[in-house]
Amino acid sequence: MGTAIAVARPGALATTASADFLTLTIAGQRFGLPVASVQDVLGPQKITRIPLSPPEIAGALNLRGRIVTAVDIRRRLGLPAAEAGGMSVVVEHHGEPYSLMIDSVSEVLSLPAQAFEANPPTLNPRWREVSAGIYRLNEGLLVVLEIDRLLDFSRAAA
Amino acid sequence: MAISTTNIDGAPALAVNPDAVRSDAGETSVGSVATQSIRVSVDLLENLMTMVSELVLTRNQLLQMVRSLDNSEFTVPLQRLSHVTTELQEGVMKTRMQPIGNAWAKLPRIVRDLTVELGKKIDLQMHGAETELDRQVLELIKDPLTHMVRNAADHGIELPADRLQAGKAEAGRITLNAFHEGGHIVIEIRDDGRGLNMRRIRQRVLEDGLATEAELDVMPAQQLQAFVFRPGFSTAQAVTSISGRGVGMDVVKTNIEKIGGTVELKSDEGRGAVFTIKIPLTLAIVSALIVECADERYAIPQTSVVELVRVSGVSEMKIERINDTAVLRLRDRLLPLVFLDQALRLVPVTYDIDTQSEKFIIVAMVGSYQFGIVVDRVFDTEEIVVKPVAPILRDIPMFSGNTILGDGSVIMILDPNGIAAASSATAATESTATVIDDARQLRTAESTALLVFTAGGREPRAVPLSLVARLEEIDVGQIETADGRHVVQYRGQLMPLVAMRDSFRMRAEGRQPILVFSDRDSTLGLMVDEIVDIVESDMNIELRSTDPGILGSAVISGQATEIIDVGYFLTRAFGDWFKNHDDGPFGQPNDRPRVLLVDDSPFFRNLMIPLLSVQGYQVETAETAEGALKRRDGGERFSAIVSDIEMPGMNGFDFAAAVRDDARWRDTPIIAHSTHASAADFARGHQAGFTDYVSKADRGALLQALAQVLATGGRA
Repeated sequence: MGTAIAVARPGALATTASADFLTLTIAGQRFGLPVASVQDVLGPQKITRIPLSPPEIAGALNLRGRIVTAVDIRRRLGLPAAEAGGMSVVVEHHGEPYSLMIDSVSEVLSLPAQAFEANPPTLNPRWREVSAGIYRLNEGLLVVLEIDRLLDFSRAAA
Repeated sequence: MAISTTNIDGAPALAVNPDAVRSDAGETSVGSVATQSIRVSVDLLENLMTMVSELVLTRNQLLQMVRSLDNSEFTVPLQRLSHVTTELQEGVMKTRMQPIGNAWAKLPRIVRDLTVELGKKIDLQMHGAETELDRQVLELIKDPLTHMVRNAADHGIELPADRLQAGKAEAGRITLNAFHEGGHIVIEIRDDGRGLNMRRIRQRVLEDGLATEAELDVMPAQQLQAFVFRPGFSTAQAVTSISGRGVGMDVVKTNIEKIGGTVELKSDEGRGAVFTIKIPLTLAIVSALIVECADERYAIPQTSVVELVRVSGVSEMKIERINDTAVLRLRDRLLPLVFLDQALRLVPVTYDIDTQSEKFIIVAMVGSYQFGIVVDRVFDTEEIVVKPVAPILRDIPMFSGNTILGDGSVIMILDPNGIAAASSATAATESTATVIDDARQLRTAESTALLVFTAGGREPRAVPLSLVARLEEIDVGQIETADGRHVVQYRGQLMPLVAMRDSFRMRAEGRQPILVFSDRDSTLGLMVDEIVDIVESDMNIELRSTDPGILGSAVISGQATEIIDVGYFLTRAFGDWFKNHDDGPFGQPNDRPRVLLVDDSPFFRNLMIPLLSVQGYQVETAETAEGALKRRDGGERFSAIVSDIEMPGMNGFDFAAAVRDDARWRDTPIIAHSTHASAADFARGHQAGFTDYVSKADRGALLQALAQVLATGGRA
C-alpha cells in the first residue's frame, strides 16, 4: 500500500473566484484535478492485469481491501507508455473507485477564475474530450481533467 | 424505484410491520423468531462486513507468515484466531443472506387480488423459496419481480373462457423458480398464458422505425421479443391490452442490469412466456480454486469444478487432437478443452497446441455441459469474497467478479458459464456436442488405432497400427537400387521398399521415413512423406476404391482418409520378389483353401480379405452368424471358418455351437477371432467348440492358427 498524502487542505476554503486543484504531471504536461474529487494518492502499486479489458484499463489493485480499477491515463490520452513506477490518484466515479495512473503529483493550487480559458478548438480531439478547460499559470498551462468524461470509455474510441 | 436502505427510523418500520405480521401468520414456526429479532441499520452491517473482510485478509497474511516458521509459539493461538475469524465471517455473511422467499411473501396476495379484480383463475407456484441471496440484491430485485408476476397475471394469463377455448386448463399457472447456478442466482418466472403477440411487436417495431421489414423477416423470434425491453416500447396505447406484456419491462431490465444481472425472455405464442433472471452473487464468500495461466492467477468457483486432471506428454493422460480440436480422453468420454490463455487472449489463438508440457485441466460443469479448462498450474483452494467488477468490465463474460487473496493481491474470478459460452461461440457448441456423441459411439463400436500419414500428396492416408511392425527412418544413402526396385539392408535382411504411388518422390537426402510391415520372415518398407498422427477411430470404410492399393476411404478426424491395403503392397513386393510369376499375385484359384470369414465389422472384413488372400487363401465373407449358416444350408463347404465373437444377433459362441451341432460343418475347423482374448474367453471358446481362439490384435496368430488347423484337422 502506498503512502497516502492528505490532500484536503484546511485552508482551501476557496473564494468564489478561485478553485482548488491537485496538479499532476503526465509526459511533461501539467494537469489539474478538482481537489474534492481526489480520495487518495498512491505510489507504485502491484496491479493485476485484466485480460479482455479495454486497452485503457491497466488492471485492478487492492486499496485497503477495496478493489480499485487502474486506468492508464497515458493510453487514454494517446500518449506513449511510461516506464514503470509512476503514481496514482484515486477518484470515484458513479460510486466506483478508479486509480488514475499518472507520472507524478505535485502541490494543490488555488487557481483564480480569470486564469481559466476554454479548450482551444485546435486541441487534439482526444484531449478536448477529457479536458474541461485550461488555466494559464506563470509556469505553464494546466489542463483541467474532467473525471466523468475521462472515465466514460464509450467515448474512448473517438 | 426508491428503496430505503436504512429502516432504522421508526416511521418506515411501522409502515412495514403490518405486512410482516401478515406473512408471518401463515408460518407459525417463524413467529417466535420474529419476536426475538431486532432491526439493525444496513450501513452497520455493511461496515461490519468490510471490517471482517479486512480481518480475514490479515488473518490469511499471518497464517502465511507462520506457515513458513517451524514450531512457532504463534501457531496455536493463531489457529484459534483463525477459527474465530472464520466463524465471525460466516456469521456476518449470514446476517446479510436472506431467503428469496422473503421477496415472494407478498406475491400470493397480489395474485389473489388480481384474480378477483380481473375475473381470472390463477395458480401461483413457488419453488426454491429457501434459495439465499444477499439482502442488498434481494431488495433490488423485489420490485422488478413483483412487477413481472403482476404482468404475467394481468397480461399473460387469459380469461378462463379464452383458456378453455384454446384448449388449456381453466386456471392459468404462474411458476416462480429460484436456484443457484455457478455463482449466480437464477429466477424463472413462467406462465402458461398467451405469450407475446409477435404480430403486434412486429407492427410496433415497424411503426417506430426500429427495424426495417427486411430485417424483421430474418430476425430470430428471440431478438424480436427482446424489443419489449426497450424503453418506451410497450406503452399501453402502443401494444394494447391484447399483448400488453412488457409494460415497464425496460425498468425491470435496467434494475436487474444495475446489479450486474441479466434478464432473458422466451415466449411461445399461445403457450406462455418465461422470463429468466440471472443475478450474480454480488457479495458472497465462496470457496475457489486458485489457478495460474500465463503467469497470472485466477480463481474458479469450486462449485463448478468437477475434478482436476494433470496431463503431460509422458503421462498416461494426455491432450489429444481431433483435427484442430483439443480433447482429453477422460474415462469413457471425450472432454472438449478450452485453453484459458487462448480464451483470455493472453496468447494468440493457435491450433498449434503444445500437448507435451505439463498442464492441468479443470473439469468444469455448466448445466449439463462438461468441459475442461486448461491452465498451467493449480494452487490450493481459498475462501474468497466475491466482489463485483467495475462497470467498465461487466461486459467481459469470462469473469464473474474479482477478489482479494490472502497475500493482498487482486485476482479475477473466472466464470465457467462465460468461458463455455465464449469457447463454444468460436468452436460451435453443436460440433463439440457431436464430437462427444461420436466419441460415445466410438466407444461402443470397435475402435482401431490408426496410423495416419502422407505419401505422395497431401491427402491423409491411414493404416491400422496393429499391422505396422515398426516406424523407421532410414538414411537415403543406405537405400540401394536393384532391378529398378529399392531395397535396404535391414536387420540382416534385404528389405524391399515400395512407394505408395508412382508419383511418390523419395527423399533426395537425409532420412526417409518408412513404415515397416512384417509378415512371418519377410519385411516390407513402405516409404511415406510424413507420419502425421495416431488416432483411435472406428473405421467404417465408406467408399470402396478401385485403386488396388487402397481399401477405400473412411472419415477420420473429420477428414476423408484413404485406408491403404497392406496386403496389396505385400503381394506386390513379395509376389514379384519371391515368386516372380506372371500369372498374377494370387496363384491358382482352385488350389487354395477356402476360408469363411464371419465378422460384422466391415473394417475387419476389408482388412482380413487381402491379408488372407496374400497368404494364399480364398476368402468368403459373411456379416452375421446367420448369414454364415445360410451358406451352410446352401451346401457350401469351407476348409476353415474364422469367426468374430461379438456380433449382433447370434454371437460367436452360439455360432460355434450351431456349427458343431450339425453334421455338415461339424468337422470344419473354426477359429475364434476376437478383440477379447482373456483366459476366460479362451476357455469358453473351446467349450463352445472353437478349434482355436486368437486375438484380433495379433494378426500373426491368426495366420499361424489357420495354417495349423488346416494342416491337422482341415480338409484342404
